[in-house]
Amino acid sequence: MFEVFSFGSSGWGDEMLMGALMTVLVSASSLLLGILIGIIFAACKLSNIFILKIVANTYTTIIRGIPELLVIYLLFFGGSGAVMYIAKIFGYDGYIELNAFTIGTIAVGAISGAYSTEVIRGAVNSVHKGQFEAGKTLGLNGYGLYGKVIFPQVARIALPGIGNVWQITLKDTALISVTGLVEIMRQSRIAAGSTHEPFIFYTAAIILYLVITRLSNILFDRAENTYSKGFVSKGAL
Amino acid sequence: MRFELMYESFFKIIEGIPLTLQVVSISTVLGLALAIIVALMRISGKKSMSIPAYYFVYLIRGTPLLLQLYFVYYGLGQFSFIRESILWPILKEPYWCGIITLTISTGAYSSEIIRGGILSVSKNFIEASGALGLNKIKTFLLITLPITVRQALPAYGNELILMVKASSLISIITLMEITGIARTIISKTYAPVEIFLVAGSIYLIINFIIVLAVGLAERKLGTVKAN
Repeated sequence: MFEVFSFGSSGWGDEMLMGALMTVLVSASSLLLGILIGIIFAACKLSNIFILKIVANTYTTIIRGIPELLVIYLLFFGGSGAVMYIAKIFGYDGYIELNAFTIGTIAVGAISGAYSTEVIRGAVNSVHKGQFEAGKTLGLNGYGLYGKVIFPQVARIALPGIGNVWQITLKDTALISVTGLVEIMRQSRIAAGSTHEPFIFYTAAIILYLVITRLSNILFDRAENTYSKGFVSKGAL
Repeated sequence: MRFELMYESFFKIIEGIPLTLQVVSISTVLGLALAIIVALMRISGKKSMSIPAYYFVYLIRGTPLLLQLYFVYYGLGQFSFIRESILWPILKEPYWCGIITLTISTGAYSSEIIRGGILSVSKNFIEASGALGLNKIKTFLLITLPITVRQALPAYGNELILMVKASSLISIITLMEITGIARTIISKTYAPVEIFLVAGSIYLIINFIIVLAVGLAERKLGTVKAN
């Protein structure tokens, strides 16, 4: 029963592991893109500029109210068109095709970004007002204030939330298998179709996802412990 | 923007609304029953009950819904004993596979919400109820349950929205609900932006109605002061 997972050309073991690697890669790049989007839109939500607030709120409402699959279809079918349209403005007239990895990263990153926005906004809000005032009193502004005083505190508070976003993002990448990117989901579909053993391969996929979530849980827990050194946890009080 | 196409496709896509709502409501009701059982198992204090419940929730929350759907739809049908069993007429239908998968998924997620709701009921209420001479069943039905419902409602509203979104996945196993119809029109007309706007607005309206209804229910039920 397990010979189907042998390595090399006869089995699917190495292909499945490569699929798992692809899942981790596309999840990680989507998470990073999402955090970047999150920082920008959290700044918009926290700003006093009305139009920026509207834009950021529209973005998070749409992403949280519309199925992920629709967002992926939009970018899968419309992504290349949009890039070509922008390229045309800059004078490039050729045909541009985005690969599945790029489209997947943009789509899942856009979804992940909406969740990150809320996590980062909450974290910035929970930094004590006195920190901002103290920083300003010391004559800091711009990078000095936000980069050196606020960011390290926000990062610490946001870490558990980002851990949750990571789990959501990891599972959302399964959806981009419909665009042809060969990650765990797609690979197990291919293997299941070719060996007529769907049960075994979907079970293997379940195990791979559980292993990845377990490992990343451990990593996030460690990071949380590292970054909360010097802080008394609520449980200890 | 091709507005005429948007107008035409709107009438095609709304034909998918009944299927979406049907699948969501059936799986939500069945999933709620499952969630209550799993939540009660988890807080039962008996290891033989709480451990299986814990791993069930862990398994479902740790894997993508699409994978669960494939597992039920393609994976189970591999075995001849399932194909020959009395369950096969149900398991061979994508419709029922979709409902089964969504039920299991929402059952696992909601069980955590319900567990949190039950645990949030202050011990004082339980003690007061005991002092008034109510037995365990009466305490649960008259004290714990109403407070749990009130406490769990906001989180459960989110879960309902997630269910509406999750139901889009059943389009992958050939069911023609909102997303399925939208996808077909996109591949025929190659107008992803227009169709996305139409289908997306329909989902937003459905979810907006859910938000309003849950908000109304929250206000109707009032607030619970913990102590």
